[in-house]
Amino acid sequence: MIKIDEIKRAVLVSIWFMFLTFPIMVIRVNPVEHIVEWRWKNMVLVGIGSFLLSFVWNYLMKRKELGFKKVEAGEEENVVPLTRRILGEKRIYIPALVIFGIFTISFPFIFSMYQTTIMVTALIYVMLGLGLNIVVGLAGLLDLGYVAFYAVGAYAYALLNYHFGLSFWVALPIGGALGAIFGILLGFPVLRLRGDYLAIVTLGFGEIIRIILENWNEFSFGPSGIANIPRPPLFGIDLSVHGSTTYIYYIMIALCVFTIFVVNRLQDSRVGRAWIALREDEIACQAMGIDKARTKLTAFSLGATWAGMAGVVFAAKTTFVNPASFTIWESIIILCIVVLGGMGSIIGVIAGALVLILTPEYLRAFSEYRMLAFGTLLVVMMVFRPGGIIPNVRRTYKFKGVKNADKS
Amino acid sequence: MDYFLELFLGGLTRGSIYALIALGYTMVYGIIELINFAHGEIYMIGAFTALIVISVLTLMGMNAIAMLVIAGVVAVLYSCAYGYTVEKIAYKPLRNAPRLSALISAIGMSLFLQNYVLLAQTSDFLPFPNLIPEFEFMERYAHIIGSTEIVILITTTIVMILLTILIKFTRIGKAMRATSQDKTMATLVGINVNRVISVTFIVGSATAAIGGVLIASHVGMINFYVGFIAGIKAFVAAVLGGIGSIPGAVLGSFVLGWTESFATGYVSSDYEDVFAFLFLVLILIFRPAGILGRSEKNKI
Amino acid sequence: MESVLKVQNLGMNFGGLRALDDLDLDVCRNEIVALIGPNGAGKTTFFNCITGIYPPTDGDVFIFARGMDKPDRINGVKPNKVTEKGLARTFQNIRLFPNMTVLENVMIGRHCRMHAGVLGAILRGRSTIREEKKAVEDSYAILEKIGLAQFVDEFAKNLPYGAQRRLEIARAMATEPFLLLLDEPAAGMNPYETRELDELIKQIRDEEGISILLIEHDMKLVMSLSDRIFVVDYGKKIAQGTPEEIRNNPVVIKAYLGEEIDA
Ligand SMILES: Nc1ncnc2c1ncn2[C@@H]1O[C@H](COP(=O)(O)OP(=O)(O)O)[C@@H](O)[C@H]1O
Ligand SMILES: [Mg+2]
Repeated sequence: MIKIDEIKRAVLVSIWFMFLTFPIMVIRVNPVEHIVEWRWKNMVLVGIGSFLLSFVWNYLMKRKELGFKKVEAGEEENVVPLTRRILGEKRIYIPALVIFGIFTISFPFIFSMYQTTIMVTALIYVMLGLGLNIVVGLAGLLDLGYVAFYAVGAYAYALLNYHFGLSFWVALPIGGALGAIFGILLGFPVLRLRGDYLAIVTLGFGEIIRIILENWNEFSFGPSGIANIPRPPLFGIDLSVHGSTTYIYYIMIALCVFTIFVVNRLQDSRVGRAWIALREDEIACQAMGIDKARTKLTAFSLGATWAGMAGVVFAAKTTFVNPASFTIWESIIILCIVVLGGMGSIIGVIAGALVLILTPEYLRAFSEYRMLAFGTLLVVMMVFRPGGIIPNVRRTYKFKGVKNADKS
Repeated sequence: MDYFLELFLGGLTRGSIYALIALGYTMVYGIIELINFAHGEIYMIGAFTALIVISVLTLMGMNAIAMLVIAGVVAVLYSCAYGYTVEKIAYKPLRNAPRLSALISAIGMSLFLQNYVLLAQTSDFLPFPNLIPEFEFMERYAHIIGSTEIVILITTTIVMILLTILIKFTRIGKAMRATSQDKTMATLVGINVNRVISVTFIVGSATAAIGGVLIASHVGMINFYVGFIAGIKAFVAAVLGGIGSIPGAVLGSFVLGWTESFATGYVSSDYEDVFAFLFLVLILIFRPAGILGRSEKNKI
Repeated sequence: MESVLKVQNLGMNFGGLRALDDLDLDVCRNEIVALIGPNGAGKTTFFNCITGIYPPTDGDVFIFARGMDKPDRINGVKPNKVTEKGLARTFQNIRLFPNMTVLENVMIGRHCRMHAGVLGAILRGRSTIREEKKAVEDSYAILEKIGLAQFVDEFAKNLPYGAQRRLEIARAMATEPFLLLLDEPAAGMNPYETRELDELIKQIRDEEGISILLIEHDMKLVMSLSDRIFVVDYGKKIAQGTPEEIRNNPVVIKAYLGEEIDA
C-alpha cells in the first residue's frame, strides 16, 4: 500500500528536482546569437519522472534494509545468493560450463563479424579487469593509471613492428614483460603511499605516459599515432579481415582462459594470500612476516603484465594506435569493471566486463544517452549492491573428523 | 624580471582557482574520506548556471556588474543544491559500504552530470562574457597582471578568510572539526553527523561555484567537460598539500599553480601536466602525507 | 639463566613527547614476563619498538635465537624481518584479516616459513602442493590446540570477541616464534574466558617452549602467570621483581592509585 506520507514525500522530491534542473533543463542559451530558448516541457517531464522514481527508490531502499536485518538476525542461511548456490552445485555448474564453452567456441559462427568484434573488445576488457583485479581487488592498491600499461603494450607492438618488423607472437610476451617492468617502475616510488595518495599518483603516471606519447613526435608519432599494424599471422596464411577477426577472437579466448587459470591459482597461493592480507591490514600483515614492499611490487608488476599483453592484442585488433585510446577514462572503466563485478572475484570481474562493455555497445541505438545510462548504472549498482554483481567467496578446506558446517 | 613576475602572478591566479575547488575536495575527504569525483562537475554546473543567468539578463539589458553579482549568487545557490543532492543520492546510502564502492558511485555521478549537461545544453564550447571591468589604475601593470586576475585574487582571499572564520569560530565549524576527527565520538556527544556532512558538501560546492564563475570569465569559454579536468588538477593540489587539511589545500594549489606556470613559461606548455605530476610524486616521496598532511595518527 | 630478549636504555620520542625513557628489560628462556603500568605508560610503544613498527630513538634491542649464542641487534629492522627472526606479537586493538577465513588468518602466519613464489604458485609443482598441504595441516593443528577448530571456515570478522583474541595468538604462533609478545590478551574477556586464556598461555610456554612477554591490566591473571613483572609509568621503569615483590611495592601502588590491585 502506498501511504499518504510517501506521496507527500514524492511530491516534495519532484518539486525539488524541478527546481534543481530548472536552469539547465529548461533554458537553453546561445550566447553568440543572444537567443534564449525556454523548454517548459522538460520541467513537466522531470516533475513526473522524479515523482515516480521516488517510489521506486524508496521501495529498493526498503528491500536493501530488510536484507541487512536478515543478515543481522542470522537468517542469512536461507538467503544464500542464487549465484553462489549455482556455483556450489556441481550438477548445475558443470553442464552450464559445458554449454557456456560450446557457446563461446561457436560464437563467431553464430553471430556476425560485427558481433565478434564487439566480443573481442569485451574479452580484452575481461583480461584488463582480471589484471587490475590483482592490484585493486586482491592487494587493495587503488590504481587509477592502469591504462598506462595497456598503452605500453600497444605501443610496444606498434613500434617494434614498425622499426624491426617483429611479429605479433614475439611482441605478445615482450608486451607483457614491458608491462611488468613499468609496473615495478611505478611501484617503487609509491611503496610508502597509502590509499588515495596512491590513487592520485597512479593517475598522474597514466597521464604522464599519455602526454609523452602525444607530444614526443620522434618516438611515438604524436597524436596521429601509428597505423598499418599487422594482424596476427596464422602460419603465414593471409587471412581476410573476417577470418582475422575470428582468429583474434580465439586468441583472446585462449588468453582469457590462461588469465583465469593463472589468477585462480595465484589467489589461493602463498602470494595471493599475502596480497589479501595486505589489503585487509597492512600493519598486521607486516607483523606476520610478510615483506610489504615485495608483495606490493609483485602485485603491481603481475597486474601490469596482463595490461601489457592486452595492449598488444588491442594494437593487432585495431591495426592502429594513438594516444586517444589511453585516456584516464579507460582506467576508470577498468576500475569500474573490477568494483562493479565484485572485487577479488574472478567470475564477478568477467560479468562486470561483459556488462559494462556490452551494454553501451548494444545501447548504441540510444547513443546519446548511453553515457548517461552508464553513469546511472554505476551509482544505482553501488547504492543497492555495494559488494558488486558477484562478490568474492573465500576458499574453504575440508578436514577429517570435523563437522564442517556446509556453507555452499 | 617582469617575465618572472608575470609567471609568478599567473601561477598565483591559477593557484587561487585551484584552491577554491580543492577546498571542497579536502573538506569532504576530511569528513568522510571520499574522493568526491563529482566535485569538478559541481564547479562546471556553477559556471553553466552563471552563463545561463547572464544570457537571460543580457536580453533584459542589465548592466555588467549587477549581472555578474546576480549570476554569481544564483550559481552558488544552484551548486550548493546540486552538491547537497548528489551527497544524498550517491554517497549517503554508502556510508558503511567499502570505500571503493563509494568512489565508483562518485565516478558514476561525475559521468552522469557531465552527460546531463551535454544533453540538456550542448557539447560545444560556449563563449563566456567577461563582465569583470578593466580598472584604470591597473593599466600601468597590464603587462604583468590583468584586472581579472586581481579580482580573482581578492575574491579568493575573501573566501578563504570567511571559510577560516566559519571553521574556527562557528558552532557548525566546530562540529565539522569534531566529525572529521572521530565520527563515532561526534555522534556520541550529540553532533548530527548527517547534517555536518550536508553542510560540508554545501560549503565546498559554494566555493567551487565561485571558482567556476571566476575561471569562466577569465578563460572566456566553458563546456561540459571543464569540470573534470579542473577537478583532477584541484584534487592533485589537495593531495599535494595533504588531503584533509584546509591550509594544505590552499598551499598545494599555489605550489601547483606555480609549477604549471613556470613549466609553461620556461619549458613548454605541452609538458605542463607532466611537470605537475612529477612534482607531486617528488613531494610525496619525501612527505608521503603531503606538505601539511598529518602522518598517520593511527595508533597501533 | 639464558636470555632471549635484552633491551637496554630504550628511548622513543614522538615529536616532543618522550614515550619511552631509558628502559631496561630482559626475558629469559621459558619465562613468562609481564609488563604493566597505567594507560598511556608506553607499554604498547615498547612492543612497537622491539617489533620494528617504530624504530626506537635510542637504546639497544638484542635477541638470542635458539642455538645462537651471539646477540642479534634488531634496532630498526623491518617488522617482517623481526618476525622471521622469531618474535611474534598480538595487537591491543585486534588486527585480524577480517575478510579472510580463520584458517587463512593462521596460514598467513605460516607465510614466512614457506617458500613458493609466483612461478611456483602458477605451475603448482609437487613441492608447492606439498608445502601448501602442510601449511593447511599445520595451521589446522594450531587451531585445534588453541581451541578454534570449530571456526575454521568462518570469516575472522564473524568470530566472537574472545575467539578473535585467541585467533590473534594462533596466528602469531604459526610464525614459529621463540618469544611471543601479547598486548592485553585478556581485554574484553569474561572471567571464564580469562581463565581459559591463563591455561592456554601456560600451555604455550610449557609445551612449545616459547617465552612470553605480556602486557595486561587484569592483575589476577598477571599475578598467576608471571615469573617476573616490570612496571612502567610515563615511559620509565619504576619497579621490577617477582609478583610477590611487586604486590607490596609502595611505588607501584602509588602509580596505580585509584586503580585497584587485587589478587
Ligand atoms: N604513533 C604515535 N604518535 C604519537 N604519540 C604516540 C604514538 N603512539 C603512542 N603515542 C603516545 O605514547 C604514549 C604511550 O602510549 P601507549 O604505548 O599506547 O600506552 P599504553 O600501551 O601503555 O597504554 C601515549 O601518550 C600515546 O599518546
Ligand atoms: Mg597499550
